[in-house]
Parts: sequence; structure tokens; C-alpha cells
Amino acid sequence: MENKIKTDDIKYVAELARIKLSEKEAGVLSAQLNDILEYINKLNKLDTTNTEPMSHALNMTNVFRKDEVMPSLTQQDALKNVPDGKDGFFRVPKVI
Amino acid sequence: MKQQYEIVVGLEVHLHIATATKAFCGCKNEFGLKPNSGVCPVCMGFPGSLPVLNEKYLEYAVKTALALNCKISDKMKFDRKNYFYPDLPKNYQISQYDMPLSEAGLLEIIAKDAAPKKIRIKRVHMEEDAGKLLHEEDNITRVDFNRSGTPLLEIVTEPDINSPEEAYAYLLTLKNLLEYLEVSDCDMEKGSLRCDANISIRPAGQAALGVKVEVKNMNSFKGVRAALEYEQKRQESLAQDNEKIIQETRLWDSDKKITQPMRTKEEAHDYRYFPDPDLVPFEIDPALIKKIKNNMPQLPAEKKKQIIKDYGISEYDAGILISDKAMAEYFLKCAQSYNQPKIIANWIISEILKYLNSKNMEFRYFDLPPAHLTDMLKMMDSGKISGKIAKDVLSDMITSKKSPQDIVKEKGLLQISDETELRAVIKAVLRQHAQVTKDYKSGKEAALSFLVGQAMKATKGKANPGMVNKLLKEEMGNI
Ligand SMILES: [Zn+2]
Repeated sequence: MENKIKTDDIKYVAELARIKLSEKEAGVLSAQLNDILEYINKLNKLDTTNTEPMSHALNMTNVFRKDEVMPSLTQQDALKNVPDGKDGFFRVPKVI
Repeated sequence: MKQQYEIVVGLEVHLHIATATKAFCGCKNEFGLKPNSGVCPVCMGFPGSLPVLNEKYLEYAVKTALALNCKISDKMKFDRKNYFYPDLPKNYQISQYDMPLSEAGLLEIIAKDAAPKKIRIKRVHMEEDAGKLLHEEDNITRVDFNRSGTPLLEIVTEPDINSPEEAYAYLLTLKNLLEYLEVSDCDMEKGSLRCDANISIRPAGQAALGVKVEVKNMNSFKGVRAALEYEQKRQESLAQDNEKIIQETRLWDSDKKITQPMRTKEEAHDYRYFPDPDLVPFEIDPALIKKIKNNMPQLPAEKKKQIIKDYGISEYDAGILISDKAMAEYFLKCAQSYNQPKIIANWIISEILKYLNSKNMEFRYFDLPPAHLTDMLKMMDSGKISGKIAKDVLSDMITSKKSPQDIVKEKGLLQISDETELRAVIKAVLRQHAQVTKDYKSGKEAALSFLVGQAMKATKGKANPGMVNKLLKEEMGNI
């Protein structure tokens, strides 16, 4: 079977996901992903004529919460693990 | 001959929904809290946290979609829209992609000096807002996640809008409708209502759409109109010169009054949407839709019909009255205690609106008790005060908060309708202006209004103008 996922596809997705890959890693991953796809492809052989499509693994719908206020974190806790925080704010390198 | 172009605009409005809590967690959905004090593991995207949909959010969303004549989906689901930006703690936004809340709506608008037009609504879907970025310091962006996870509706039109004026009318009509629904405070300054526009041009009569430019960063409805006017001119002049219009996102600069290309690097928009596994799908219960329909408040279009039918107000004036919910309510309250609705409408539309505009104040903050206005109008009606004095009494009532009866009493503003008293005033006026009197008698009609004016001035506006007119003519006949 020809490679469905090309190294370029891997590089493109890696860039979107902010993952740095070497040329070698991209090659390995494309081979692995193709194996996975091929394996999953077996599912296509099943007859699903009478099966309703589903968008979720759980057969469950309509899970709601009441519109009632619950305690939030304190500002101090919210910023506890932050590498750079000041005056109650998270601080990041300028993005504009 | 110069080629004529038609502009084609589609608008995307993001509306903040005023539930008590956020879309998927119990944090307060409130503006103005201390930074990062209304946050929790869910809206900060901590691993292992689980979002659960706020039922009120769905209710308000259905209510809004119904008011926009949309078809509510039987089934909907939430998807993850993936991108990286510091205001997005999870690196995805919970939104709706291929199974949104609702589709295929309609909103009728009336643009300035134009006939009514129906704008199709493509879809209304639910999504969470991102955090807020502040860029006040050099080299540093500060992030406040209080807004992260607050509920939004995205309301998207079809490309049915063909002028900046229509875009402006659409936004005013939409905001007006939303005010009646009471699902949002619609405050643009707080960012509760934000609007982006897609605009393209095409030679008049051509069916195919031109290259689309997205315009962002407008912070008022007038800003949207101005940005579209600018963009229309820019695109037309490019087309006239046979230059290419580039598909891009441009930002409106409200100081310079121009649009400029967005400077961040344009990555291919590939959001890799996929169903959010943390949220189960939803089947919208027809009983819920029915319940919401039954409890729907009277909407502006209906209220307008009622005001025209029940109170005999003109289509135009009724349109003004309903354009602000608070104003319509005020009118209806006044009409309950004074049976001259046209006079009430006139005073609201001319005097009160003029006052509010001069103060740049919204009607909902206007606190003159309706009874004070109607009492004053009744005094005018019965001849106790003149129309001119009535205007003074109105501004006095607004500032002093006193009743019209008290103001008239304290300032001695009762209209003078006593014939003997008025005749004496008129005689004095005629003596002082003998030449004008002669002019009138030799056929110069305009001289009369001058003399009426003088008599009014002599009585500080308190004279009954009808009587002054009558007595003036009588007295001049005697000379
Ligand atoms: Zn939260």
C-alpha cells in the first residue's frame, strides 16, 4: 500500500501543533501513522448500513449544569505556578 | 464609462450572554472582577478538568435564535477549534462546527431612506470567549482569564448586505431585538457585542462574488459603517486601476479612519476542528423550544404594530419609539395616564430625545417619572400653562426632580388667560410699535407674528397665545 501520509503532511501538522521534528523523526512518524491508518482501515470493511452515525463514544446526551455560581480559585492560587506573574496578571512576551 | 460596483457584506457578531456563570463551569460570568479571580481549572484548561454545559446558556441561545427566526437543530454538538494564542489557555476554543445550535434565520431591517429588506442569518452558534490581553507595557502582554470560558453566541449573516448604511441598520436592529430579549447587556464598551465584517465588491449585475476581505477591530456601529465605507472606496479604486484585491484580514484604525493589513503572520487557517470528547452531544427537546416560544417577550416589530394600532401613532414615530426598549416602555406608561398618545409621542421624540442627545445619555438612564410628564401635558392641555412655558417646565422637572405643579406654583408660570389683563398688555405693545401696527393694517401679514412675539415677551411667555392673537386683531381694528 502506498504511503497515505507523506512526510510533508507530518511536518505541516507538527507545525500547527508547535512540535519541532527532525527530518528523521518526521520519516519515522509518517511510517508509524500509515501503519495505524492501515490497521484502522479494517473498520471500513464492516457493514455499517444499519448503524447510526455517532459523534461521541458515550451513548449519552444532554448533560447540564444549573446556572449557579461555584467558588473560583483565588487570584493567588490561579497564579501559583506561573513563571511570570505580577499585579494579578499572567505575563507573556508581547504578542502584538 | 466608469464601471459601477456593488458591495457585498456579511457580518459576524459575537454576543456575550448574560448568564450568572460561565458556559462550562461555575465561575462568575461578570465584568470588572479583580484580574484572574474568576477562574477555575475548567476555564483555565487544567488537565483532567471537565466542562459541563450551563443549561441557562442553552436556553438563552435558543431564545435568541428563535427571535432571529432560525431553525433550531434537533441535535447539536461542540467541537474544538485548535489554535495557539496566549488568551486561549487550552489551546483550543470550545465552539460549534458542523452541528451548530441553529441555522437559516431572517432579520428585517430598514436602512436610512430605504425600503424594508430581509437579511438572511446563516447560523447562530454557541462558543466560549477567550481571555483578555492587555498590551500596555513594552515587550510584555498581560493576560486576564476572567473572560475565558464566558458564553458567546456567534451570529453570522449571509452576504445579503449591500451598503455600509445597511450594515449599520442591521446592527441597530439586531441590538434593539437583543435588548427586548434580555439575554445580553449589549454593551459595546464592555465588549459584550463585537462585530467583524467580510466585504467584497463586484461589477454591478455580476452574480459571482469578488475576493473577500475580512475587516476587524471596529468598536462601535458607526465604526463598522465607516470602515465599510473606507473599504468600499479602497476596493473600488483598486478595481478601477485593474489592480488585484488580495484576500486578507485588515484592521480598522478608528483614529486614522483607515483599514490596514493585519501584521501578524498569516498562517493558513487550519483549525483542525474535531468533536470535543469532554462534552456529550445534545438533543434539543421540542418541549424546551415550545416553552421558550410561549414565554417570548413582545419583540420590537410586534411592539411597533401595537403602538400604531392601539395609539394611532405614525409608522415613522412608532419606529423611533420602539428603537429603544426603555423609550417604548416610557411611552406606554405615559399613555396609560393621559389619553393623548400623539402629544406624548411628540414630546418624547422631540423634547426628551433632544435633551438626552445633548447629554449623550441613554434612555434607560432617564429618570423623570412618567407621571410628571403627563401631569405637565395635562396642564398644557387645559390651558394652565402655555406650550412655551411647558418646555421650560420640562427642563426644570428634569433637573430639579420637582413636580410640574410645584414648579408652576413656585415660579408663577400660570398662563395668563384673563382678558382684561391681556388687553392692557396688548394696548401697551401697540403703542410702542405704532409703525409695525401701521404695516399690518396696510396688508403686511408678517407684522402680526412680530406683535404676538412682543406680547409674549412682555408676559414672559405666559400669555395664552390664542387669546393674544384674537385680542391683537380686535385692538388693531379699533385703532
Ligand atoms: Zn471556571
